[in-house]
Amino acid sequence: MMFALADVNSFYASCEAVLNPKLRGKPLIILSNNDGCCVARSAAAKKLGIKMGMPWFQIQQMSFPEKVYAFSSNYSLYHSFSQRVMSHLEELSPRVEQYSVDEMFIDIRSIDNCMDFETFGHQLRAHVLKGTGLTIGVGMGPGKVLAKAAQWASKEWPQFKGVLALTPGNPRRTEKLLSLMPVQEVWGCGSRISKKLNLMGIHTALQLARANPTFIRKNFSVVLERICRELNGESCISLEEAPPAKQQIICSRSFGERITTYEAMRQAVCQYAERAAEKLRGEHQYCRHISVFVKTSPFAVNEIYYSNVATEKLTTPTRDTRDIIAAAMKSLDRIWDDGRRYAKAGIMLNDFTPNGVSQLDLFDEVQPRPASDALMHVLDGINNSGLGKVWFAGRGIAPEWQMKRDMLSPSYTTKWSDLPVASIR
Amino acid sequence: MLHITPAAVDPVKVSLPLFIERCPAGFPSPCADYADAELDLNDYCIKKKSSTFFVRAIGNSMNDIGLHSGDLMVVDKAEEAHHGDIVIAEIDGEFTVKRLLLTPRPGLQAMNPNFPTIYPENLQIFGVVMAFVHKTRGGE
Repeated sequence: MMFALADVNSFYASCEAVLNPKLRGKPLIILSNNDGCCVARSAAAKKLGIKMGMPWFQIQQMSFPEKVYAFSSNYSLYHSFSQRVMSHLEELSPRVEQYSVDEMFIDIRSIDNCMDFETFGHQLRAHVLKGTGLTIGVGMGPGKVLAKAAQWASKEWPQFKGVLALTPGNPRRTEKLLSLMPVQEVWGCGSRISKKLNLMGIHTALQLARANPTFIRKNFSVVLERICRELNGESCISLEEAPPAKQQIICSRSFGERITTYEAMRQAVCQYAERAAEKLRGEHQYCRHISVFVKTSPFAVNEIYYSNVATEKLTTPTRDTRDIIAAAMKSLDRIWDDGRRYAKAGIMLNDFTPNGVSQLDLFDEVQPRPASDALMHVLDGINNSGLGKVWFAGRGIAPEWQMKRDMLSPSYTTKWSDLPVASIR
Repeated sequence: MLHITPAAVDPVKVSLPLFIERCPAGFPSPCADYADAELDLNDYCIKKKSSTFFVRAIGNSMNDIGLHSGDLMVVDKAEEAHHGDIVIAEIDGEFTVKRLLLTPRPGLQAMNPNFPTIYPENLQIFGVVMAFVHKTRGGE
């Protein structure tokens, strides 16, 4: 086996600059939901000392030698570019797994019969850059964990020029790299696991690779044992081309400003319920469990933190937005507490079945609605057409709690009104 | 010693499929075997979907090449730019529509008589314009 991991350099910031030449090479940061803190930086912004997670109000007060451009997260733009990168990788190598919005695993076994792995890596890089304007880094290894390690190293040491292959034929190189890699950088080793490993005297990836797998499984989990084996060049985690069917759908947001009235909260939960139901239909599933949660901010001073969740269980599985809204409202009524300043709410759908078949209950209040599927089909059809939206009145018309995205860039590739402009000269 | 042997499986059992599909007895459509997909304008204008961007042209209309202000340009970023191609160039942090010259030396010919042909040291080409879409009715 041989895997490559391709990841896009400063993905969000790079997407913003492709169709806005004014931003090339400039310090550029992307803010989280509600324009809270910095979640992505261009190379120039990193150089200015702007750190990941820095609050936006703090950055605004700092003085910089040049203008720092800030943008709200434009997810539709990033999604569009993510799909484009994916298609470009698939053109050169058909088996690609999308691991996250900016990371893709690629099956590259037997490529070395035609060319060097690193030559192929540079080809991937050139191909993606040419078609999308985005630069990727490529790490390669006999397993996913080693591919990720190579990708980490390709960023850490510029002399690799963004492409590094750890091959079974060169064990010395792998060993050298793992000895320089802190264990918390290993894929799947979170901060909690790393701390425990450090206490056991395991500080580098090489030490983890040399540990006894049985010992690791006993003290941690089978997952870490697999990682341990992968570090030794044994491929244990396979490529997942088709994402596994979802077991749960969560739709939640932090509010642009605190919600204090019941009416506003009902509107918010109604909107999340609509979105969750739409996602559920996209997955071709029906659900039986509907939970709603609300919380106040844990950081607010002079306020007692409140967080609660309530669940409605239906006897008949559903994917009708009306049923899901009704259940969500029932749940909300049970946990709503007057006089608090809510910062976040969300809805969770659980207990999925692939079809709506179930034993009907003679005495159940909620009976399946006639022509439900047809109505939902029309609803989704209108909302996905890009021409307009229809929604349930429970959501209100102009909610003031909507996510704050004041510095949104145009959706250059997904909206006719937002196309980039070129002057005829 | 008693040996228990399984009963012989009936060797002559043959399963025949039952076709649920109805067989129409009328004259079959003579066109059925010649059904083609309808023509798609995307196939005509777009060579490679994943590297194609739509860009709006703004400014003085260029009748010579049939490009008008407000037209939609289909731009392929992956396409190799040749001498004489209409390209999207990046000048002073802006996209502009120019004709690319490679001989006698690399330059960008203006699409507008009021502007000179320029020869930038660092030629930044965003992509090649593959097609214009001009709407004659209903504006945008």
